[in-house]
Order: sequence, then C-alpha cells, then structure tokens
Amino acid sequence: MGKYLIIIVSMVLVNNYPLAQFLGICPFLGVSKDKNSATGMGIAVTFVMTLATAVTWPIQQLLNKFGIGYLQTVVFILVIAALVQLIEMFMKKNMVGLYKSLGVFLPLITTNCAVLGVCISNIDKDLNYPESLFNAFGAGIGFLFAMLLMAGVRGKLEDQSRIPESFRGVPIVLLAAAIMALSFMGFGGMFS
Amino acid sequence: MENKSKLSILTNGLIKENPVLVLVLGTCPTLAVTTSVTNGFGMGVSAMAVLICSNIVISLLRKIIPDNVRIPCYITVIAGFVTIVQLVVKAFAPALDESLGLYLPLIVVNCIILGRAEMFANKNSAIDSALDGIGMGLGFTLTLVVMGGIRELTGAGTLCGIPILSNVMPGMSVMTLVPGGFAVYSFVMAFVHYMTKDKSKIKKSFGCSDCAMQDSCVDGSGCAKEEVA
Repeated sequence: MGKYLIIIVSMVLVNNYPLAQFLGICPFLGVSKDKNSATGMGIAVTFVMTLATAVTWPIQQLLNKFGIGYLQTVVFILVIAALVQLIEMFMKKNMVGLYKSLGVFLPLITTNCAVLGVCISNIDKDLNYPESLFNAFGAGIGFLFAMLLMAGVRGKLEDQSRIPESFRGVPIVLLAAAIMALSFMGFGGMFS
Repeated sequence: MENKSKLSILTNGLIKENPVLVLVLGTCPTLAVTTSVTNGFGMGVSAMAVLICSNIVISLLRKIIPDNVRIPCYITVIAGFVTIVQLVVKAFAPALDESLGLYLPLIVVNCIILGRAEMFANKNSAIDSALDGIGMGLGFTLTLVVMGGIRELTGAGTLCGIPILSNVMPGMSVMTLVPGGFAVYSFVMAFVHYMTKDKSKIKKSFGCSDCAMQDSCVDGSGCAKEEVA
C-alpha cells in the first residue's frame, strides 16, 4: 500500500502535471478564473484520467500482442474521445445532478493533453496495471490541486489597474504560474 | 474570407494571428520543449508538417464529412499524420525523439492543429488551407525558436549548442527549468502586447464564433482566448 501512496504523493507534489511537467496548461490558464469551475474541471479531469488509463492500458497490451504498438497515438485518442462521449451520455441520463456540475467540462477534456499524456506516460514508464491507475489518479488530484491554487491567486489579480498595461490578461497569470512552479521545485528530491 | 489575398493568408499566422502569442493556443509544447533552439525548431517543424498535411486533407474532405461527427473525423486525420511524423522522427532524428519524448505524440491534442482545422480548413479551398498551415506553422516555429533562444542563452549560455555566454558568466539553470519557461513566455507575450498596443483591433479579429469549442463553451468560461481580446 505504501508504494501506491508514494506514487500519489509524488504525482501531486513532485511531478505535478501543470506546474512541473507542462501538461494540461490550456485548462490551467483557461478555466482557473473562479474556484467553482476550477474544482469542477479538476474533478472531471481526475475522473476521466483514471477511467481512460483503466481502458487504454489493456488495449496497449492487446496492440503489443498483435505487433501494432505504433498505432498507439491513433487508438488512444479515439478511445479517449469515445469514452468522454459515453461518460457524458451516461451522466446526462443517470446522474443529472453530477452532470449539471461537471457535464460542461467534459467535451473540453478530449483535447486536454494531460489525459492523453498520462495514458502514454504510463505505457512509456512500464508501470503495471494498479500502478498505472494510481499514477493517473494522483496526476488528476495534482491537477485539481494546482487549479485550486491558481484560482485562489487569480482571485487576488482581479483588480488589474495596478498591473502594467502590457502584462494584463494572460502574461500576469503566466508570471504567477512561474512563481508557483518555482515554489513547487522545492518538493523536488522528496522521493528519488 | 473570399477577398483575402494568398499572401495575407500566409503572413497572417506569423504576427497578426500568431497562434502562440496572440491566440494562446498550443501552450503545453511551447513551454515544454523550448529548453533549447534545436528542440524548439524540431517541435515547430514536426507540428508544421502535421498542420499542413491535416489542413489539406480536411479541406479536401470538407464536403464529405458530416457536420455532426466532424471533430472525431478531424482527430483521426490528425492522429494519422502525427503517427507518420513520430515514425519519421524516430527513424531519422533519434536524438530529437529522445528530447521531445512524450510531447511528440501529444501534437495530436495540440489545439493549434484542431483549431485551424475547425476555423480555416473546413471553410476554405485546399490551396488556401495549405498556405494557412504554412503560415501558422512558421509562426509557431518562429515563436518556439525565439523562446528556445532566450532560454538557452540565459540558462546554459549557449545557442544551438555553441557556447556564447558560458565563457563569460555561468548559466542560470532555472531558466531552462519549469519556472523559466512560464516567465519567458509571460515576458515574450507582454512584449507582443506592448508592440501591438496601438493596433489593438488586431487581437479582436478572433472571436468566440470561430472557436472549435463553441458548442460546448459556457459563456466563454472554458476559453483562454477571450481574455486577450
């Protein structure tokens, strides 16, 4: 069990996806304007990441068995797109409350590089099935964590009148992200 | 769109609608691979190849693809070309493959490519789409090379591997790490804002109506772009 705990903690703090690996930057900059949408997006991403890994890992074994591992990219992105569509349809019908709070973020997730990224990196790192699942779950939680921190920082940036004109909008957010990334570097080396 | 000259389509992507700095698309590879000029250039060229090919194919297929399933169709076309590029890079430039790593297959979810397919290729002829692909690809490559240059020069004191500053002063290695990426991106973007300040309507040329995520977008909350406008 300790092994899996270490995987999760290292994915949240040391290898945080937006702040240490440059994955999922688009939603990190785009959807982090207020805490509610940041939480919704973070939870939706965690959910899809874990499910996508649960599906793509066995598929990769199948591809390897037939010697067509090079089709990885094509197969994975189609599986993720189909999976997101299925989750959306299922939620719309059976979990109306959850759909209302998370549903709007689901279509955006297909083109989120963090989801495809976690599926491919699990294969690249030769993780076994439970390790992959915990890795994906930890990556999602790390994403949620970074989104929430960013939403908090952006709440303070609302008054843009004190920011130099050229830096208003995206540049100041990037600068805040740079400072956050700098502080996250402090976690580096916690686990070797 | 009809009365645009071929040249303006080509130069559009370089500055006026620079995909990285003005449209804020494709941020992940921009930040991740610009640790050196060579990496930035390699990534830019790979993405450009995919962009041109997928623009042409999608433009040719634009009358055949049904509107409801167009996004999955585009993704399939793009993923096919990404796989080709991946295999070519692996065969002929293994060092580049090593340094780009995970980000090479991730070209498939690079929003620049899907964005241009949705915004340009499905409305215009194949030749115009190819030109748009070249222009956007050059804009992307140019930005990556500039950012790679700044980060390599300040971080390692070299340029394309040739020592320039490293004999005079030690490199600030933080610039080639994650925080340096965010900071350099921020400063380059602020510089572009400063340069285009007087021509502020440039940034407005891109609206929500052209966006790939228009259907699913809730009052622009999922959109990084509308802030720039």
